[in-house]
Amino acid sequence: MTSISDREKLSYIAAQAADARVNVELETEGMTLNIGPQHPATHGTLRIIAKLDGEQVVAVDPVMGYMHRGYEKLAEVRTYPQVTTLINRIDWVGSFANEVPFILAAERLMEVEAPPRAQWIRTILFEMSRIANITLFLGDMGLQVGAVTPAFFAFRDREHVLNLIEAVTGGRFHPNFDRIGGIKDDLPAGWITETRRVMKKMRQYCDEIEALVEGNEIFQARTRGIGVIPADIGLSYGLSGANIRGSGVDWDVRRDNPCGMVHNETDWKVWTHPDGDSFARFWVRLQETRESTRIIDQLLDNLPSGPIMAKVPRIIKVPAGEAYVETENPLGVMGYYVISKGDLVPYRVKIRSASFNNISITPWLLKGVYVPDIITILASLYFILGDIDR
Amino acid sequence: MGLVPGLIKGLGVTGGTMLRTIFPDGLKKPIPNPVKGAETVQYPHEKESPPTRARGVIALHEENCTACMLCARECPDWCIYIEGHKEKAPPRRAGGKPRKVNAIDRFDIDFALCMFCGICVDVCPFDALFWSPEYEFSEPRIADLLHDKSRLAEWMETVPAFEAYEAGSEAKVKQVPPT
Amino acid sequence: MSASLNIIGELAYWQQTGIRVGAGLAAVLLIAGTLVYLHLFKLVSFMQSRLGPMEAGPFGSLQLLAEVGKFLQKEDIFPRKADRFVFAAAPFVVLMSTFLLVVVVPGGPDAWFIDTELGIYLAMAVSSISVIGILMAGWGSASKYSMLGGLRATGQLIAYELPLILAVIGVVIQAGTMNMQGIVFAQAEGSIFGWDGIGNPYILTQGVAFLIFMIAMQAELTQAPFDMPIAESELVSGYMTEYSGMRFLLFFIGEFATAGVFSAVAAVLFLGGWYIPGIDPNDNIMNVLGPLVMLVKIVGLTFVVFWARFTFPRFREDQLQKLAWKVLIPLALANIVVTGILKVAF
Ligand code: SF4
Ligand code: SF4
Repeated sequence: MTSISDREKLSYIAAQAADARVNVELETEGMTLNIGPQHPATHGTLRIIAKLDGEQVVAVDPVMGYMHRGYEKLAEVRTYPQVTTLINRIDWVGSFANEVPFILAAERLMEVEAPPRAQWIRTILFEMSRIANITLFLGDMGLQVGAVTPAFFAFRDREHVLNLIEAVTGGRFHPNFDRIGGIKDDLPAGWITETRRVMKKMRQYCDEIEALVEGNEIFQARTRGIGVIPADIGLSYGLSGANIRGSGVDWDVRRDNPCGMVHNETDWKVWTHPDGDSFARFWVRLQETRESTRIIDQLLDNLPSGPIMAKVPRIIKVPAGEAYVETENPLGVMGYYVISKGDLVPYRVKIRSASFNNISITPWLLKGVYVPDIITILASLYFILGDIDR
Repeated sequence: MGLVPGLIKGLGVTGGTMLRTIFPDGLKKPIPNPVKGAETVQYPHEKESPPTRARGVIALHEENCTACMLCARECPDWCIYIEGHKEKAPPRRAGGKPRKVNAIDRFDIDFALCMFCGICVDVCPFDALFWSPEYEFSEPRIADLLHDKSRLAEWMETVPAFEAYEAGSEAKVKQVPPT
Repeated sequence: MSASLNIIGELAYWQQTGIRVGAGLAAVLLIAGTLVYLHLFKLVSFMQSRLGPMEAGPFGSLQLLAEVGKFLQKEDIFPRKADRFVFAAAPFVVLMSTFLLVVVVPGGPDAWFIDTELGIYLAMAVSSISVIGILMAGWGSASKYSMLGGLRATGQLIAYELPLILAVIGVVIQAGTMNMQGIVFAQAEGSIFGWDGIGNPYILTQGVAFLIFMIAMQAELTQAPFDMPIAESELVSGYMTEYSGMRFLLFFIGEFATAGVFSAVAAVLFLGGWYIPGIDPNDNIMNVLGPLVMLVKIVGLTFVVFWARFTFPRFREDQLQKLAWKVLIPLALANIVVTGILKVAF
């Protein structure tokens, strides 16, 4: 047992040693600013070690893993229906979208396909979780550059979408609604009318954000030309989603590689922006939210009738094989590589989550920017900690 | 930059929201009533009613349960504890052999562990478990979150009837057993 | 500080001083309280479609007391490596600047704290004391975030002191005096092209100066869009990061009281101060109505401050320096030149 003062001394030495280690690793002198793991800007426990020269960043090193929950390993001892409840919690603000690629991978292994009505509802909920997720981003981006009010607007209007999700699935954040071969339940009566009303509201919200944040000259001065990602560099770092579309790459899995969902039955558009800066990423997400409300409206117009479950055995045993399915999740491309040995449980699940790749560009991207821009750029990359650490 | 600078437009949005909150009936009838205009709900005084399907708390219809253990086995974090025994029940027809039925001695769900996934309700083959949208069961002591058989049975009263489906559905509306 | 000032004049010096100090304290704290409740708790909440505090007292009106009580009972934490004296003294220095600032603001023909020929000059001088307090807080906390915040604040406050003072000079030229009372009387007795129905509030002739003053004031108060020194999304809370309890409360009071006092100065300089058109400004009744008029003007001006604060995102440090040096200061200088020429011409 060491006495308290000894322990204090030890912890002090440890802290100094950690600092020194960082200094040696980054081979520079100057101030080291630890942004995180507890910091208001990283919405979660991401730690960014920034070496500063005055207010300018010399080098940064993102440290991840403070929230690692080991889902890939946990999934190996859970049956297929149980896994969906876990992976709900990867990107916790757009949770239904996490289930879909896994279920699709399992469906591909079992060679079943969901009936059309199930696919339609799945797509609707998928887009809804995108709206719920990106609504939050639009407000949070305002908050990160200093405007408080957009965040309140975001929470206010996201509530309507969450209510809709809850009315169908029973869960606001963790729906656990997607099933191998279909979905758990059908839509409750009156839901379609309500959805149309809410979608109109969400478009209003987008207009509000446009006037409040996007059109604001200060916001533009803060984001235009900041954190420019050229398309080739972005692609080589594995960026996906709105981050790469903001750099002018016209790539959207929903359109290019549809699987188990019916986006292409509707008339929609993939938005891109040529600039590649923080503003472009914000702009693309704003347009995508609008587009999603339109997709949902169109899907509701021609919702087919019929069953919502294909024929699957009660006890699900997935035949041996391997499958990789990716979908365009709110944060970017998310994919599951499922290996089955014909058991009740998957033999191995590899999760490709978008935020992990999106955040790994930061050492390249943040070199030479000012401290305030770190925050804008991180906010515009938009990551969810659960999606980084899994 | 359009005709109106974005800065002024932004002030317009927040100012407009403020006026809408203070005067919910529009500026033609300027009666200040922010309580109505605000979107927030003053929680302990007024409550939002969650939708019928909301997963609030699990209710147990004891008569239907056969202690088959399916729910306990399928629960992802194994937070259902069941003990049961077989007992003889009077025969269905007079003169027949006495039936064997399963009676439950213990049926506990630990809501401190439960992650409200709904798998147990889904897999129960005998319709013994139901979701109730009731959400006010927090406890000062974590051990009190373990609801036993009688507590779970009490929740049955709060289970709402299943709602009808949207047009075009082929699903059958389930029934909640009368308590 | 009311109608009984004739009596005050007959009291001994120390008694007069006592009354004035008490009135000053009350003015600062009451104004700060009103602003926090009305703007921060209520109107801003309405801007965000919510109600704000509702539990303590009717419509949450006693919430402020609860907040103060909460801060008072919190532990006063000193970081281990902090420079204890500097750290402890910083909030008082900041608050001192506010209290010194309020003394030049007149509330009526006889309701003033001090009536000096150097009024506005003194105000501008004491308002920069808060920079020292903020720098002390940033340095004394021994925290990187505080340090960055303190340095940013210093750079910003010094940069915006200039346009603030230059904007005032236009008014001083037009009024022909630096005495705050004199400025009020000059406005009350002025006329617009011979029409003296409402006197001549200088916002009409010094509109540019008023705009510059309001922008510079926003920056001096470190409110968004100029809140880079606090910047809660990157510097946690800037120079206030390490403070807790009582001392944080002092910073907090300082922030809102200064907003009120600066608005009072702006009201005197540009909106005609305490006078009401149509009533003889030397009438004794103005000693009662004057402070109320001032209060209304303060509330109106601070509403604009908070409206902007909760609507706009913040500038980056270099951008706000650019705004000060490249836009506001040249504009203010041009305004002085134009005012001077017109003053001579007419
Ligand atoms: S809801 Fe899920 S976690 Fe909770 S008891 Fe049922 S199966 Fe277990
Ligand atoms: S609740 Fe249902 S699944 Fe669970 S033991 Fe009883 S009958 Fe079986």
